[in-house]
Amino acid sequence: MFEFFGIDALSILIFGPALAAFLVAAMAGLGPSKSVGRWTALTFSILFAIASIIVFFDYQAAAPAIGEDQFIVTQDVEWFAALGARWTLGVDGISVVMILLTGILTPLAILASWNVEDRSNMHMALLLFFETGSMGVFAAMDLMVFFLFYELTLVPMYFLINQWGSLPKAGIKYSGRFYASTKFMIYSFGGTLGMLLATQLIGWSAGTYSMATLTETWPLFRQGEALLGIDVSTVKALAFAGFFVAFSIKVPIWPFHTWLPDAHGEAPTAGSMLLAGIMLKLGAYGFIRLVIPLFPDVWLADVVLIGINVATLFALLSVVGIVLGAFAAFGQNDFKRLVAYSSVNHMGFVGIGIAVLAQTYAQLWSGADPNADVQTAIIAANGTVLQMFNHGLSSAGMFLLAGALYHKTHTRDLNDYGGLWVKAPIFGGILLFTSFASLGLPGLNGFVSEFLIVRGSWPVYTALTAIAMIGLLFTGGYILKGIRAVLHGPFNLRWRDYNLELTPAELLGIAPLMILMLLTGVYPNWILPTINATVSTLFAGLTG
Amino acid sequence: MDFFNDPNLLPWLIPAGPLLAFFVITLITNKAKLVPATDHHEYGGHHPDYEGMQVPVVNQTSRVISVIIGLAGVVWALIISWIVLSEASQLHHLGQDVLANSIAWMDTGDTSFFMGVLVDPATVIMLVMVPIAVLMIFIYSIGYMAHDPRQARFFALISLFAGAMLTLVVADNVLLLFVGWEVMGVCSYLLIGFWFEKESAYKAAIKAFTTTRIADVVMLLGIAYLYSFTGTLSFREIMYSPETLDLLATTAPIIFGGWTVSAASIIGIFLIIGTVGKSAQFPLHVWLPDAMEGPTPVSAMIHAAAMVSAGIFALIRFYPLFAAGGDPHHGIFTEPLAFMAVVGAFTALLAATMAVAQNDVKAVLAYSTISQLGFMMAALGIGAYVAAAFHLITHAFFKALLFMAAGSVIHGMEHGEHHVHEHGGHGDDEHSHDASLHSDGGAEGGFDPQDMMNMGGLRKTMPVTFWTFLIGGLSLSGLPIITAGFWSKDEILADAWLVLEQYGSGAHGMVFIMLAVAAFMTAFYTMRQIALTFGGEPRSEPAKHANLGQGLVSFTMTLPLLILAVFAIFAGFVGVPTDFPILGPIFSPQYNNFKHLIIEALPLSDATAAFASLPDYHAKAPPFNIIPVATSFLVALLGLWFGWMTYWRKPLKAGQADPMVAALGPLHPILKNRYYLDDFYAWAFVKPSQWLGAQVIAFLDKGIIDTFLHVIGRIFTWLGDLVKVLNLWLIDGVGDGIPMAIFQLGGWLRRMQTGRVQQYMLLVLAAAVVIGIVLVLSSSAMLVG
Repeated sequence: MFEFFGIDALSILIFGPALAAFLVAAMAGLGPSKSVGRWTALTFSILFAIASIIVFFDYQAAAPAIGEDQFIVTQDVEWFAALGARWTLGVDGISVVMILLTGILTPLAILASWNVEDRSNMHMALLLFFETGSMGVFAAMDLMVFFLFYELTLVPMYFLINQWGSLPKAGIKYSGRFYASTKFMIYSFGGTLGMLLATQLIGWSAGTYSMATLTETWPLFRQGEALLGIDVSTVKALAFAGFFVAFSIKVPIWPFHTWLPDAHGEAPTAGSMLLAGIMLKLGAYGFIRLVIPLFPDVWLADVVLIGINVATLFALLSVVGIVLGAFAAFGQNDFKRLVAYSSVNHMGFVGIGIAVLAQTYAQLWSGADPNADVQTAIIAANGTVLQMFNHGLSSAGMFLLAGALYHKTHTRDLNDYGGLWVKAPIFGGILLFTSFASLGLPGLNGFVSEFLIVRGSWPVYTALTAIAMIGLLFTGGYILKGIRAVLHGPFNLRWRDYNLELTPAELLGIAPLMILMLLTGVYPNWILPTINATVSTLFAGLTG
Repeated sequence: MDFFNDPNLLPWLIPAGPLLAFFVITLITNKAKLVPATDHHEYGGHHPDYEGMQVPVVNQTSRVISVIIGLAGVVWALIISWIVLSEASQLHHLGQDVLANSIAWMDTGDTSFFMGVLVDPATVIMLVMVPIAVLMIFIYSIGYMAHDPRQARFFALISLFAGAMLTLVVADNVLLLFVGWEVMGVCSYLLIGFWFEKESAYKAAIKAFTTTRIADVVMLLGIAYLYSFTGTLSFREIMYSPETLDLLATTAPIIFGGWTVSAASIIGIFLIIGTVGKSAQFPLHVWLPDAMEGPTPVSAMIHAAAMVSAGIFALIRFYPLFAAGGDPHHGIFTEPLAFMAVVGAFTALLAATMAVAQNDVKAVLAYSTISQLGFMMAALGIGAYVAAAFHLITHAFFKALLFMAAGSVIHGMEHGEHHVHEHGGHGDDEHSHDASLHSDGGAEGGFDPQDMMNMGGLRKTMPVTFWTFLIGGLSLSGLPIITAGFWSKDEILADAWLVLEQYGSGAHGMVFIMLAVAAFMTAFYTMRQIALTFGGEPRSEPAKHANLGQGLVSFTMTLPLLILAVFAIFAGFVGVPTDFPILGPIFSPQYNNFKHLIIEALPLSDATAAFASLPDYHAKAPPFNIIPVATSFLVALLGLWFGWMTYWRKPLKAGQADPMVAALGPLHPILKNRYYLDDFYAWAFVKPSQWLGAQVIAFLDKGIIDTFLHVIGRIFTWLGDLVKVLNLWLIDGVGDGIPMAIFQLGGWLRRMQTGRVQQYMLLVLAAAVVIGIVLVLSSSAMLVG
């Protein structure tokens, strides 16, 4: 259980990819052909995928026996004694789902970049290195370790966009990838500065970085007293702001999202897949794992000048993201940017789910409303986590397809396509399937989670939920616009002599995603009980 | 699970057949070969040619196997349906006893959401109609799509369509119903846009999907509300449960609290809006006439067997909820009922007026569909539950018949047109929708095989199509006694009359008058259509040669017409009122068979009696009244007679103007252009949305947010430069190293020459310095404190 060959499974998932990355990178210097590097990277990533699947099902099997506390801690050793940080790894039903997603997406991203010729070993190595960072975030049970890995994911992603991003457009001297990668870096880095401060503050005041301990003690820490000569609630509010901005940028919550269309649009296919599929989840995961349990009182505090509490403001911003994200995607003529804005739209639902969870949790914790509807919050939280997983599948799929097309045509302009279904029927069929999964077609994955979120947010944020439906309507608008521009209409004879059909590697890359989209849509209970059990225990200590 | 020994499990298998067929055709029997895109034999159909290009097309073997698999899926569904029907008929008291099975599908806290199947009276009537109608459409498609290179794909999609419809029919909860509902929406999108290279086709597809989606997102809210209110979405636990209905009807809603409405009313209206979209009611009806861009079997599927019927079926399912809190049989109408009555009656009349001025053979039928669905919706609005369900079934049969007969006419016209072009040459691809159609009947050829003005006299060359079309048309018109359409329409009018007579004026009283006028117009435009198509002499060369030819194509396209014609006549006799003179005692000696069956889908009188808020759902049928029956006779016969006098007795000559143009005067262009509603929507909604989409990026994201960030970047660059200068000036040579590093980095960055990179990196450094200072100061303060 949670061990492979006597080594802790989570440690393998974290360090394995990094070691594989060094191996693959080293091969570039040693001389073997690129295909050896590719195959090595693929083999290792598949092994890690299998390992993450085993971890998921092991956890699922073990979960009912864990009881109250849903965590399984696999490692807990002293690490940075001067700070009081410990090397603690563990999983619960939420992080194990994210680990599963990371494990599955990495080999698919490698398959999607099978045809990258430019420094391909390095490219593969960075993808694996990114896996290390994400696995670390999801497995970390210590705030300092969490922060470390959180920042670590930026490095490979920056270089992926900066070095392997889109080609310069004709007539423009510099490719947009430099602007995009720098903007991405500054945005993320600027956001996490506050988070670093907040982390330090919490660790220093509470004397521990253990998330489990902090969840218990930090909300009650010196309540009503002063810290550093300032009222402790102000200090907490500042710390909250640090986390809030960092994670909001990552999710992204409107208006912190403008790095995303640039980064997604300019990134190479695999970069976009991992960026949308995994990286955005780091932010949402941070909210659920840290911001909700650590700052329940802040969520209920009124925002200056607006007259609504923080949770409601968060819901409002999420709905703005849903609606404006959909409109922005609808207004795009760049295929990858269209898909990028769809992430703003879809992650908005994650945002509103988080707001419901935060509001209810805080109300119960503080006793502001001891009768808050736990059932509703659990449903919303189930939907939120499932939506994170689902968005990981469908956005990765969409970027794979958009990237596949870009790789062959070297254009992302929707007006340059047209009627491609004639020549590429398999691509067309798969694009339709993935698009409709992204659109939230009942029977496929996205619908289940969106329905749960709408159901969960309706009693809490009724009017906002109703407004979010405008976004859902225009989700249809931009999806159909994309399909129409790519597949419909007379075939654009400019591509007459191109092979536009998916390559076998791309086909292999998208097939598992399609299977999971269908499976989750038809029978969500293969994954939902794991989420549900953990989410339910969040409230176990708060009610009665 | 032993599917064959436990009848409760059988309903699962009904949609499984077509769904499996979809997957098999899509994933397995799709072996393609490359053919030149100019080969009309292998790459005919509604496709442009592409010079010098090879296109993948499913090969002949795979295509035949695909067709067989598609058929097998539907036959499977039909057989299982019959087994289920016989099992259901053996239940002691169908309605109270049902076939049902469900599984835990989605965990929600301590409870689970259960997904399952249910066979109750409402399911039973649909299981009688849907599989047969669908099978006929499949058989018809063998011939109709025989020369389309993408016939395999077509069969995959209609299999999915049928599977989704059957899923919806056997669903035991609102969510599964919604799954089938939406999957059908996607199938209709894909099938309306089946000839995806045609602009009109993909535009119609997008329009259909978008318009129905407007309604669907509202419906989704209704479902979410219902689910959060009751904690379940099961039909058994909501629609059959007086306790739940009572609670819904007596609780104030979560929104619109200002109105004095109940939660049931708000949920009800949200759900009805879903049907307004799906069943193409005003103001969301605009997609349906365009939907005929798809191949004709698809039109039959959408207009009759599935899609639009699903909307009314959902209303029938939800009816107990709509009526909760009111009592339609005693003149108390809830908001959802009033909403349905007004929208339905208005749509019935509006669509009928538009049908009068159409010249496209399929467009007339499309508007008639909208109109007839309005009849059903209005019927539900006045509490005529049984009549609405009855009309749903009879309409499905005769409308499927009419669409396929119209498809045969079009096919025949294309054949005739081809014949004219070939001057008698009988090539193998003579039946394809090909020839000059590459221009879509547009600029080049200019010949439109769907325009009734080009037809005339087809009764001679296409006699079977003529007679079956006539039967379908008369049934639609409600020709008294001998057609199915009469019985169901008469029942709606009888109920509407009762409301007018007993509860007087107001919106509900108007229903009778509006429907009667609509029924008159229906008979008129149907006769007009029959006369223009089949009567008189041919008005164009192709019409002289229009026929279906010989062989398999002709056979598969004729057989379904004959079978459906039987239903279009005899399906009505299951619902003859008991006290109808002469015929009542013959067909309904003890009770009205149809009513006896379907009424059991409603909560029992004994159970609802305990709740003041709930009506008696099993109220008695209106006693026989001569006025509505006489009205039914009169409007049908009068309409047909007018049509006969105007179009059949004095057939139009080629080039002669439609008498309607003169008769309606300035009204004619308004009707022909659908009251300019499409143009209005484009102006009021589509254009602003596109504008807004562009503005969100240009103004908000790039204009405000990014500009703000860039300004901050500039400020920090300037600050950084200032620090650099200060450093150089103040402590140059001290050997601190840091300013040197900054300087070197700056130089390195400058070489990258992107300007912004430099700014941003300096911003980071400056910020890091500032924050580092704060950190140091604050921690020392902490240590001191």
